[in-house]
Amino acid sequence: MSSRLESFTEGLTTTDSREGLQGLIERLRDIYDADHVVYHAVNLAGSPYAALTYPNEWVDHYQDAALYRIDPVVQTAWRRFHPLDWRRLDWSAPAARRLLRDAFDAGLGNQGYSLPIRGPDGQFALFTVNGRAGDASWDRFTGDFGRDMLLISHYFHQKVLDVENVAEKAPGRDLSPREIDALSYLARGLGRGQVADRLGISEHTLRVYVDSARFKLGALNTTHAVALALTNGIIHI
Amino acid sequence: MIRFLYADELSRHPVLADSMFRDRATQFRDRLGWDVTVDANGHERDCYDDEGPLYVIWVQEDGTHGGSMRILPTTGRTMVNDHFAHLNGGVRIESPLIWECTRFCLSPRLKGGFRAALPVSAALMMAGCELGIRFGLTHAVGVFDARMVRIYRAIGWSPEILGTEGSGADAVSTGLWPIDADSRAAIARRSGIAEALAAEWFELSFPAMRRSEGLIAAE
Repeated sequence: MSSRLESFTEGLTTTDSREGLQGLIERLRDIYDADHVVYHAVNLAGSPYAALTYPNEWVDHYQDAALYRIDPVVQTAWRRFHPLDWRRLDWSAPAARRLLRDAFDAGLGNQGYSLPIRGPDGQFALFTVNGRAGDASWDRFTGDFGRDMLLISHYFHQKVLDVENVAEKAPGRDLSPREIDALSYLARGLGRGQVADRLGISEHTLRVYVDSARFKLGALNTTHAVALALTNGIIHI
Repeated sequence: MIRFLYADELSRHPVLADSMFRDRATQFRDRLGWDVTVDANGHERDCYDDEGPLYVIWVQEDGTHGGSMRILPTTGRTMVNDHFAHLNGGVRIESPLIWECTRFCLSPRLKGGFRAALPVSAALMMAGCELGIRFGLTHAVGVFDARMVRIYRAIGWSPEILGTEGSGADAVSTGLWPIDADSRAAIARRSGIAEALAAEWFELSFPAMRRSEGLIAAE
């Protein structure tokens, strides 16, 4: 895990309020040297929710003029599940190009990377990192940190559900017996090789089990996953 | 040529879409005898085709389907979790970094016949690997039958098998493919397909706009 991602994890662990979420978004912007970071849930238990660093004037203008109707990012994200590099969207409509120009004048960067997130009950959210950069350096940024952004977008979304009390299930409720076994052995201090041996699987497969358990627990690393599983009474030493 | 097309883009490619779903009926119902649903149009479709999947398709020179596979994120509904979790000790594989790949199909009308099967399979796998690298994924997961094991080996990109049920030709397994530059290089070595070609396929389906086309430059 990169040190940037670790830094985000620390912030995520201590976040338990709306103010904290906003602070976390600002922290993310600083950690990754981005111009802006935006999380926007279109329907969270029936109402929208956002944490973002865009200037207020731009947000107001965007909402008043209902620019989401012509915004290629929003219009594309609804129908796609892959990360959207803004440069690979269709900006051919004059209104879309004007939107980009106006956004730039309002203080947004010219480049963006937006990740669509879908929840089980039709929840839809969009996580965007935005920056002012040339094409080559932006490609380097998404190449280096695209995977971080995938993880962060999902964990941030889970944290929002948590803070807003939208999440119905307790974290880790759907952990399978094998994932629980893997975490239990790790909690007892066994090495990965030993755990894999005991479970009769390869270390590679063990990694997938642990990754999967991490995701269900909303944990960003293995230690955090073990700690959460212990606190929630899912495993016992 | 490989095209990446989402379900809602298929209507703009009616010949390609029609031949793909027909070829799937031929492969999965007629040849393999799977219990699949074929509609009045002769199309083999299931509920995952309604989940907005991304298809990786080998397009033949006449514009028809030569081979394909279907991709869905494991954070949503997937076959491997809905129907095959028992193959994996009950572990549901759900991660933003893992996508599921299913319905690997080759057309019976494939130009070049049997000899074209391997290069087209390799092209599909190479395209899938390229897609995963571009989008920051770590693994692909899939359910496959015994006949595929040899093909994966020949292509140079074999999955780690998480679990198997049945035996011999009837064996069904869940497997995990690592997505990284090494895998892409291995497929390129075995198949002779240049890595640059996979990059071109990606650019063709996900084209980047140039500055002259109106995007703002900032250095």
